[in-house]
Amino acid sequence: MLETLPQAVVTGVLLGGLYAVIGIGMSLIFGIMKLTNIAHGDIMILGTFLTMRIAQSLTGNPVIALLLTIVIMLVFAFAIQNFLINKVIAKGAEPALLVTFGLSIIISNALFLVFGANTRTIPSQLVTTNLIRTAHVSVSMMYAVNFIVAVAVIAVLSLVMNKTSLGRAIRAASSDTVMSELLGINTKHMYVYAMMLTVVTAAIAGMLVGMTFPFYPTTGTQYLIIAFGVVVIGGMGSLPGTLVGGIILGLAQLVGANFIGPTYQQLTGFLVLLVILAIRPQGLLSKAVRK
Amino acid sequence: MNNIIEVNGLSVLHGDLRALHDVSMNIESGKIVSIIGANGAGKSTLLNTIMGIHRPAGGTVRFEGGDITGWRTSKIASKGIAMTPEGSRVFADMSVMENLWMGAYLPDAKKARAAQLEKVYGMFPVLKEKSSQLASFLSGGQRQMLSIARAIMMNPKVIICDEISLGLAPVIIQDIYVKVRELNAAGITFLLVEQEIKRSLRHSDYSYVMVKGRIVMEGKSSELSHEAVSDAYFGINQFA
Repeated sequence: MLETLPQAVVTGVLLGGLYAVIGIGMSLIFGIMKLTNIAHGDIMILGTFLTMRIAQSLTGNPVIALLLTIVIMLVFAFAIQNFLINKVIAKGAEPALLVTFGLSIIISNALFLVFGANTRTIPSQLVTTNLIRTAHVSVSMMYAVNFIVAVAVIAVLSLVMNKTSLGRAIRAASSDTVMSELLGINTKHMYVYAMMLTVVTAAIAGMLVGMTFPFYPTTGTQYLIIAFGVVVIGGMGSLPGTLVGGIILGLAQLVGANFIGPTYQQLTGFLVLLVILAIRPQGLLSKAVRK
Repeated sequence: MNNIIEVNGLSVLHGDLRALHDVSMNIESGKIVSIIGANGAGKSTLLNTIMGIHRPAGGTVRFEGGDITGWRTSKIASKGIAMTPEGSRVFADMSVMENLWMGAYLPDAKKARAAQLEKVYGMFPVLKEKSSQLASFLSGGQRQMLSIARAIMMNPKVIICDEISLGLAPVIIQDIYVKVRELNAAGITFLLVEQEIKRSLRHSDYSYVMVKGRIVMEGKSSELSHEAVSDAYFGINQFA
């Protein structure tokens, strides 16, 4: 067990990066609209399927497929935010949450209808290539790429939110809606932009997930739970917290699996989540003060 | 006479409660107009309705002759009306400079951002000193200055101030009114809401007195007597 621990730690941290990029969109939407987006996992898997199909039929290159997927997803994000969520968001968090719950069901069933129930993958050489291979630790290129892309996505998103006019306006809209409107900021448009940023991260996460693991139309829910874990551990709405949350969840799962057995991977992950919830319910890096 | 804002027969309901009764007022371009009234007289409701935060049950609001009744707040703001709401409402998690940038969010204001920033730093040197600090570290008076400065960044035609002197020391209030005078001299129309009669009359060209959601008295500030306004204010005349 101890001799396999270094491998578990390395894989756990790298997997944590992937978890972070899965959770970051959820964190963003929660931070800005106080909305728990139940459809987040399904939106991501929608991206995975689109990238797979475009890669299969138009181009062999998954990165070009991802760019096309992002374009489609941006239109989709505009539509669901502008025509669905914005219509109910003023009525409180619950009606909007129910709308995303409905979306979740619609997306997974639509995927089932179009693609069938078969398990799929996005083929990639990264999975079979090793970056490092020693007696104790080996790191697959895929996991390394997952982690690097995750850190890059979080860094870019943090820059956009903190250093650009759009990011500041989105933050202003989330901290004081009426004051932002008085400054000429249409807060509903800011919500649309936030959702568009979110689906870009979801499409990227979706491609990585599709290359790393097998997927099928109802996989979204599984990743929704992971996103939940990441966001709760890291702190709702905190972008750097998302990375910390992802790494802790990834480590908890793989180190747990190392000592107790792979069957208990989910269990140890969520035990750690429960412990953190008990000690620091606002999440590790949340700015929110406990009241 | 050239009215920049015209309010006609405005009524507002808060649930079953009537917060404004048939309120009409004209804000002449280039003037400082004040609304005097006690707590709950409907002053804030009137301002919020002009800005589209509340929807009126009846009546109209016109800006530069065009009907803006029921418009979205951000659209009204983009026409050239800035408002500093009660309690300053600065963005606490942003720096002083970022707060000022938020004032210059709209495209036209953004083009003039650097020049406007120089201007407000000249008017409020303390904001320049603290430009990279978070707004949450500012004192009450400094927040109020930031709120006004942010409104100036919008390069507006009208600034509406909801109780800018609330909770501030007299020296700071004096200072803020000096700035209001300067800005007014530069062509910005002001609509001020105040609870204190003397200050309102001294610092404005025209005044309206509100009691229980109605306008009970109006006139040139220089011609209104403190006693008459006071009687109306406390509701001890025929309007009560």
